[in-house]
Amino acid sequence: MDLLSILLTDSFWAASLRIATPLIFGVLGALVCERAGVLNLGIEGIFVAGSLAGWLAVWLGASLWGGVAAAALTGAAFGLLHAVLTVPLGLSQHVSGLAVTLLASSSAYFTYRTVLPNLAAPPRIEPFRPLGLGPLADIPFLGPVLGQQTALTWAALAMVALVWWVLNRTALGLALRAVGDNPDAVDAQGLSVHGLRIGAVVAGSALMAVGGAFLTMSAFDAFFIGMVNGRGWICIALVIFASWRPGKALLGALLFGAFEAFQVRAQTQAGAVLPSQIFLMAPYVLSIVALTLAARGADYPRALLKPWFKGRR
Amino acid sequence: MIRIEPREAPPRALRWGLPPLAALAALALAAIPLWLAGADVTRAYGLMAQGVFGSAFAVSEMLTRATPLILTGLAAAVAFRARLWNIGAEGQLYLGALAAVAAGTGAIDAPPWALAPLVIAAGALAGALAMAAPTVMKARLGVDEVVTTLLMNFVIILFVQMMLEGPFKDPMGMGWPQSEPMVEAAMLPRLFDRMRVHAGLLIGLAAALAAHVALSRTTWGFRVRAVGENPAAARHAGISVGRTLLGVGAVSGALAGLAGVGEVAGLKGYLTADLSPGFGYAGIVVAMLAGLSPLGVVAAALFVASVFVGADSMSRALGVSSYLADLIVALSLICVLAGGFLARYRVRMG
Amino acid sequence: MTQAPVVLRLSGLSKRFGAVQANEAVSLDLRRGEILALLGENGAGKTTLMNMLFGHYLPDAGSVEVADRDGRLAALPLGQPQAALRAGVGMVHQHFTLAENLTTFENVILGAEPLFGFRRGRAAARARLKALMARTGLHAPLDERVARLSVGERQRVEILKALWRDARILVLDEPTAVLTPQEADALFATVAGMAADGLSVIFISHKLREVLAFSHRIVVLRAGRNVGGMTTASADARAIAAMMVGGALPAQPRPAQAAPGAPVLRLSGARIDAPEARRRLAPCDMTVRAGEIVGVAGVSGNGQAALAALVSGLARPSGGTVELFGQPVTRFDPAAFIAAGVGRIPEDRHHDGVAGAMTVAENLVIERLGDPAVSRAGFLRRRAIADAARETCAAYDVRGPGPEAPARLLSGGNIQKLILARVLDRKPGLILANQPTRGLDVGAAAAVARRLIAAKARGAGVLLISEDLDEVLALSDRVLAIHAGEIREAGAPATLDRDRLGLMMAGEAA
Repeated sequence: MDLLSILLTDSFWAASLRIATPLIFGVLGALVCERAGVLNLGIEGIFVAGSLAGWLAVWLGASLWGGVAAAALTGAAFGLLHAVLTVPLGLSQHVSGLAVTLLASSSAYFTYRTVLPNLAAPPRIEPFRPLGLGPLADIPFLGPVLGQQTALTWAALAMVALVWWVLNRTALGLALRAVGDNPDAVDAQGLSVHGLRIGAVVAGSALMAVGGAFLTMSAFDAFFIGMVNGRGWICIALVIFASWRPGKALLGALLFGAFEAFQVRAQTQAGAVLPSQIFLMAPYVLSIVALTLAARGADYPRALLKPWFKGRR
Repeated sequence: MIRIEPREAPPRALRWGLPPLAALAALALAAIPLWLAGADVTRAYGLMAQGVFGSAFAVSEMLTRATPLILTGLAAAVAFRARLWNIGAEGQLYLGALAAVAAGTGAIDAPPWALAPLVIAAGALAGALAMAAPTVMKARLGVDEVVTTLLMNFVIILFVQMMLEGPFKDPMGMGWPQSEPMVEAAMLPRLFDRMRVHAGLLIGLAAALAAHVALSRTTWGFRVRAVGENPAAARHAGISVGRTLLGVGAVSGALAGLAGVGEVAGLKGYLTADLSPGFGYAGIVVAMLAGLSPLGVVAAALFVASVFVGADSMSRALGVSSYLADLIVALSLICVLAGGFLARYRVRMG
Repeated sequence: MTQAPVVLRLSGLSKRFGAVQANEAVSLDLRRGEILALLGENGAGKTTLMNMLFGHYLPDAGSVEVADRDGRLAALPLGQPQAALRAGVGMVHQHFTLAENLTTFENVILGAEPLFGFRRGRAAARARLKALMARTGLHAPLDERVARLSVGERQRVEILKALWRDARILVLDEPTAVLTPQEADALFATVAGMAADGLSVIFISHKLREVLAFSHRIVVLRAGRNVGGMTTASADARAIAAMMVGGALPAQPRPAQAAPGAPVLRLSGARIDAPEARRRLAPCDMTVRAGEIVGVAGVSGNGQAALAALVSGLARPSGGTVELFGQPVTRFDPAAFIAAGVGRIPEDRHHDGVAGAMTVAENLVIERLGDPAVSRAGFLRRRAIADAARETCAAYDVRGPGPEAPARLLSGGNIQKLILARVLDRKPGLILANQPTRGLDVGAAAAVARRLIAAKARGAGVLLISEDLDEVLALSDRVLAIHAGEIREAGAPATLDRDRLGLMMAGEAA
């Protein structure tokens, strides 16, 4: 059937990688937070805020990478709020995260509407362009697929390697992994539990925001209300599916991207038969299924969701 | 050095005074975005107040807006008491509205006096069922219900859209995806002439009272609270955690479904895909502002409704984005959180 | 011993938690190469004092001086474990501070390398750790995740962590709580060897016997104060015990001879299979009769949790049968067991025993919500519940801010009394008492023991699971030993051989 032939086109794989990119950033960001023991449900709002911050910075005259930096800083700021509420103050990570999501998205929407009131079509910026592979562009399959990706996608792939390296090969990563399992162990070795956790949440949130910025600076070139549409929540589900590991996170994001790319193409082929909503539902249903199947393995951060206070023994 | 010590018990005054203080703090903080948007801050506040209290109609609009918030607020509060994080009230609301429309647009042959109760029951049942799957997954498989209920919102809303473009589509709707209108007898009556506030408000108030009594005075409520405070100890004491969660989940979903019923059968009379501007999510803020107390939910719902209605009115007059309302509500949640910390811990310097 | 130089001086340390003065003006000295025992009953403030030394707590008053490498005493910055570690103070905590998802090696080097450095020199570190293990005789698999290590191995990792940082002062907090008698002897031998090489040791204990056997000097804490010290050689056991308790020891309750009746609990080949060794129960046959106390002695983590879960109705057996009061059990859930007349005192009173935020009165009725005295037609009879709570608290001496206060405000001893009240009020035929006196001071422990003996006299059968060997021997009519999920008869306390029991607890000896 024609549907299977979709899998053989390189536009399909290029699209998969493109769709996966914001998810890669988001899952990495959530993974860093959760490995340190903090669930960050602010991710959906941070995606929104990052997508606006990056786009707006460019629209106001910054360079593209300046926009990315603006997005990262915005994410870090909201991450800092969540970190302060949940780490030294020890408040409910669920509620704080939801509060941050509400605050970040409403701030973003308010800012957008205030800066750019009532325009018929959303204004556009000059987004990241595909990098091309130069002399390597002629490699079959990989050439076209990778050549269509923008710098941010390459950055996402580099981030997977970087996060893996930091977590597994550095002293900092060791401390982060420890603090998500037993903060008492970290404290007893003279390290700062709160410092590590706050740092992890801020860094993770910056990553999340860059994922959001990808949407308005690379995938598209404009900001729409509601464009994030649950991608942040999907990342939270994917982290569990990835057993909190960067490599598996990449795999999960790619699978997800492939699935979505497939259903978009399948819809145009089979669109007369099934309503579009069935296809649109698929990503969310898939995430729920992934969540259900992923057993809580040995990698579950034992100290996740548990606040820690100094001197409480 | 700053030291944080837990208080033995939160001072009474703080516990009751906290939510109003947080609300006031959030309103005050709203001055910053107002100023950044270039609006005359005092005039803006004045317009907001006028938009809510300026006339009987304004008050009724606020009450109309508060009605679904009371119900979704209760849905969140009751579930959160059992530490069941139902973030799916938005979807459950929509499913309840869909069931209401299914029962109330003339498809079902029932005597007129039975139609309204039937519609209400259908909506409550639909909402309860929507919450069943995530609850079972949590109780049996340990799957985090925050993410599942969140993702279900998207699925359900897409499903409703699908229905509205398909079997539920109004043939006389001029092509818009909307349902057929509700039959007169199935509609919830208006409470006053020429005002939009409807009997859904009474349902909400009754539900709040029932929830309060149930949680504080019944064995069912005892089990709900025990499971929320310490599920391990509850289990050890012979309380069936799974069954309790299923019960709470059903009640929570039903309440959210009732919110949908109210919007469709009390206010609009038909269903569209944009029935709810986020009532389900706002309900969570309402519940937190209320400290998870059912009676407090009523007060918090009135506050949040006032913010939305007032900001709407102010925004039309001044051209300031009405997302200010969402900002204020988000800020109040943060203020309540931060304030709750002060209620539970003493901060010492030196 | 000739006067070695002072390496540690605590002066006037005080610490208050809310209404409780945990330590008051405690001063003591430690000399080089000395093994000092810090002795006191549960709640005397020993761990708090050492936590202040190590920097987990900030003292309200007082100071600490530690000798530097040249032997000169220098003030130690307080409230920072980092400073204590730098000064050469190492601590082996009672509840191990290990990250279970990391390996032995990773746990040891955690925090010892610079956080943002590039050069790490891991290969050299590994070699150094292997040498340390060889030198001290403390072995643990280097690259195995701590989650898979036995309790003994974990403790060795804890100690290695401290020695890795070149600790010159080592604090051991209740080190033998999780060891068999033989393992405890081995540990002390190792420690004595290190002390002979110049390591100064403080070990915390509430067990007089081991303190007398292994220390050079003893300091006694009671109610947060230093009430006296002496060299071990000149110590008089009875005088020390009196110092610990502040007067004559309360008469240890002695149970009367048992005249056991019908079996109230019988396990026939009952077993629990589990992926983790510590949750396993091997097929076992055992009986508890009415009017007798059967004690299960064993080191923590050897299947006691599985046995307790089985008898509580929290776990269903993977095979074999369980009979309660002569009837085979078909429904394995706590409600059924409660209804059948089983009273359960859980091991972790905070985790499984009480819902801290609910009131004392509510916690008293939590197991019997359907009782006509508690509810009618689904509605709670609040006045009746409150009245009953007042009576019960008086009868069982549960002290606190009152029956309408949240249960978490009660002290550990009072929470245990609350649980006892809840369990014993229903006159159960079988009582499971799992570590019933853990963390309680001598007075509270004696009160618990008295209640269990009274229940036995009334005709109940008691299954007592305890890591405190003395308690098991003092209260039981019959003793069983549990090791790696296997249960074996050891005999009656009067006739059994204590050494043999220790070997059974370690899994050696038939």
